[in-house]
Amino acid sequence: MRLEPKPAPSFAATLAYPLAAIAATVLIASLLVLAAGASPFSVFYLVAKGAAGSQFALLETLTRATPLIFTGLAVAVAFRAKLWNIGAEAQLYIGAVVTVVLGTGALPLPAGLLIPIIMLAAMAAGALLLAGPALLKTRFGVDEVVTTLLLNFIVLLFVSMLLEGPLKDPMGLGWPQSSKVVADAQLPRIIQGKRLHFGFVIAVAAAVVAWVIMKKTVLGYEMRAVGHNPEAARFAGIPVNRVLMKTALLSGGLAALAGFSEVSGLKGNLTLDLSPGFGYSGIVVAMLAMLNPLGVVASAIFVAGIFVGADAMSRAAGVPSYIADVMVATALLSMVTAILFSRYRVRWR
Amino acid sequence: MTVLRLSGITKRFGPLVANDDISFDLKKGEVIALLGENGAGKTTLMNILFGHYVADEGNIEAFGQLLAPGDPKAALAAGIGMVHQHFTLADNMSVLENIALGTESLWRPRLDRSLARRRISQLSSDFGLAVEPDASVASLSVGERQRVEILKALYRDARILILDEPTAVLTPAETDALFRTLKMLVANGLSIIFISHKLHEVMAVSDRVLVLRSGRLAGERTTARTTRRELATLMVGQEVTPPKVAGVARGEALFALERVSTAPLGSGAFLHDVSLTLFAGEIVGLAGVSGNGQAALAGLIAGTENPASGKMLVRGKLVGGWSPRAALDHGIARIPEDRHAVGTIGDMSVTENVIAERYRSSPFCRRGFLDWKAAKHFAEGLIRDYDVKCPSPEARIRLLSGGNMQKLILGRALDPEPAIVLANQPARGLDVGAVAYVHGKLLDARARGAAVLLISEDLEEIVALSDRIVVISKGRLSAPSGRGERTIGEIGELMAGHSEVAA
Repeated sequence: MRLEPKPAPSFAATLAYPLAAIAATVLIASLLVLAAGASPFSVFYLVAKGAAGSQFALLETLTRATPLIFTGLAVAVAFRAKLWNIGAEAQLYIGAVVTVVLGTGALPLPAGLLIPIIMLAAMAAGALLLAGPALLKTRFGVDEVVTTLLLNFIVLLFVSMLLEGPLKDPMGLGWPQSSKVVADAQLPRIIQGKRLHFGFVIAVAAAVVAWVIMKKTVLGYEMRAVGHNPEAARFAGIPVNRVLMKTALLSGGLAALAGFSEVSGLKGNLTLDLSPGFGYSGIVVAMLAMLNPLGVVASAIFVAGIFVGADAMSRAAGVPSYIADVMVATALLSMVTAILFSRYRVRWR
Repeated sequence: MTVLRLSGITKRFGPLVANDDISFDLKKGEVIALLGENGAGKTTLMNILFGHYVADEGNIEAFGQLLAPGDPKAALAAGIGMVHQHFTLADNMSVLENIALGTESLWRPRLDRSLARRRISQLSSDFGLAVEPDASVASLSVGERQRVEILKALYRDARILILDEPTAVLTPAETDALFRTLKMLVANGLSIIFISHKLHEVMAVSDRVLVLRSGRLAGERTTARTTRRELATLMVGQEVTPPKVAGVARGEALFALERVSTAPLGSGAFLHDVSLTLFAGEIVGLAGVSGNGQAALAGLIAGTENPASGKMLVRGKLVGGWSPRAALDHGIARIPEDRHAVGTIGDMSVTENVIAERYRSSPFCRRGFLDWKAAKHFAEGLIRDYDVKCPSPEARIRLLSGGNMQKLILGRALDPEPAIVLANQPARGLDVGAVAYVHGKLLDARARGAAVLLISEDLEEIVALSDRIVVISKGRLSAPSGRGERTIGEIGELMAGHSEVAA
């Protein structure tokens, strides 16, 4: 079996392949639902209803999408330059740690000043966390997949240590959690009394900024050139290592904003279960968006919707909510396969 | 007696027809030359014959039996052997192991070395293919490796031998030895298909010439009754005229290397105590067999490599902080050897590719933002001025043909009117029209006073264009010679590493 490259696909084909991917996802998920002893139609209906069937559901989906937009953007910009940042989870937690350290009364400033300062500090921390692996990659050729992935565990243990020690809430009845951030360090809610907060607005703005950087600026051009062909980029005089470093700073900063926004906008304090793998889901979100920053917003809402909808469906239909993980994973695999088929033709033998 | 018959072979890759209804016969004891430009379909045809590809139409008969398509094992069993352009030897194993590899039954735990050794020595004495069976392949020269490849085919009782561009990597002396071997093989009843785009080799070695042009059989000639001129015309479909070289006065020294050595890096030779000066208004040709230090020298000038010792001067001034950027800022234009891997970024557009060396300066860049309008305008200008055939400036550059890609690289390099031009294999793999175009542009640069270094493995190209010729061998440079001072034979001797005896 071999793959032969195809000429540029037609417009119809570029639409047909993703649709086929969605159809394949639905089909595979249906088989699993059948195996669980439920009707696929009612399950999909319940998922859709749980994700977008009411104002509450819709707002919940957008709330869940917010950190996914940040981590998805972090992955999208890094992968564009073929910097394989698998460590968005760690960068998210570092951003959250900085938010808690600065936001629990250390800086007596008004909200208008305090929130931007915390945001910038969180971004700086996430950027620095990815700068290490990027430096090791550019200087010594150390594989960043390994270093960023392993940093996730190191940082999670570090956070665990902080929550048992210096950052432990004295009023927390012994639970490993931090104190709440002060009111001036909290992002306001978009609708009074609902969970959706201004982190979502910041996330969408970040997507627009990332899109402008990738499409319109010198840096974005350099990042794409380095990602597509580092050797040709170096030959043409593009400073490849410096571009990879800038990419790392941008990507780490974006991922850290996820941690900032979850603490400052939603949870108020830091716990070890702040992120149910938002950093890893960011990879799925970015790939589904084909690394397009604006596409990341849409795919983050899609992925969040499946998770939120599956929770609701699980309560009603008795199918485990793990079906959401399976559906997202299947969607990713079908999408990647569809992209492959849109570029190559398969020849048997 | 016909040993091989191809009937109506057609192979398509998407809209591209690589082979279009090709039929021919090969007789016992005959050498057929398959002549054509790169991209004419020679290699595709041979890959079909050898079972790497499956033809869309047509069939192949070997010794009267229909050959199963798409099965290299069937081809081997039918007695077809192939010597690829890029050798397929295991470096870490001995010559004997390489030759016997894959011929022994899987169930026999040990290789019968004495039997294999006897057969190999028999074959090498029969056909003048001297090799040391116990030598490690890593220690062999390119010519010796090729002999191992041929022995490998003969060891499997090949009766039909296909050689794909066998002389591309050989010195003139090694080429002569190869031709003697081929004569012996033919005398012993083997049949040979010899693939080449070099006319003089085809004339020297073949009985019959098949000329391929853009996938079709453009003509068939008996070698004894044709001329190089006729073959060249068949090959390109038009008369070929050599470039006219006008006299240009030599100017000041623009670039100089003084006793430069480079550190050993990966494969290929490194430079050893090299001195070379490029003057305004001249083309210096660097001849040599590939892998003798050309890559290091080109890297040095292009800025991708730094000297380990010695001095590098641009317009008499010592350069420091050397990098591709620095080389560009010093007015050095670079045409890289590998236009796909180094010269272009295949998945980016024509526009994005042509600004790659200048995107940080006006008019393309304003405060960190790219001016895509200016970039597109520039790309359109190059497409027009350099006669590039491409659907639009937004097309991915990967979709262009080699010649059009090279024209864009030339345009990108030469548009700023550089003082120094490094052209590394600028015409390799291009059709004759594009070759003439590239040569014309290099001569234009020379005419307006640029210093040009032309690196090429094609001696005819070097001799036709160069005002001075230096030969590189094992990382050392010969003394330069002026136009017509050395014969091709003398240059070939230098390429083989024989130093000149002081007369």
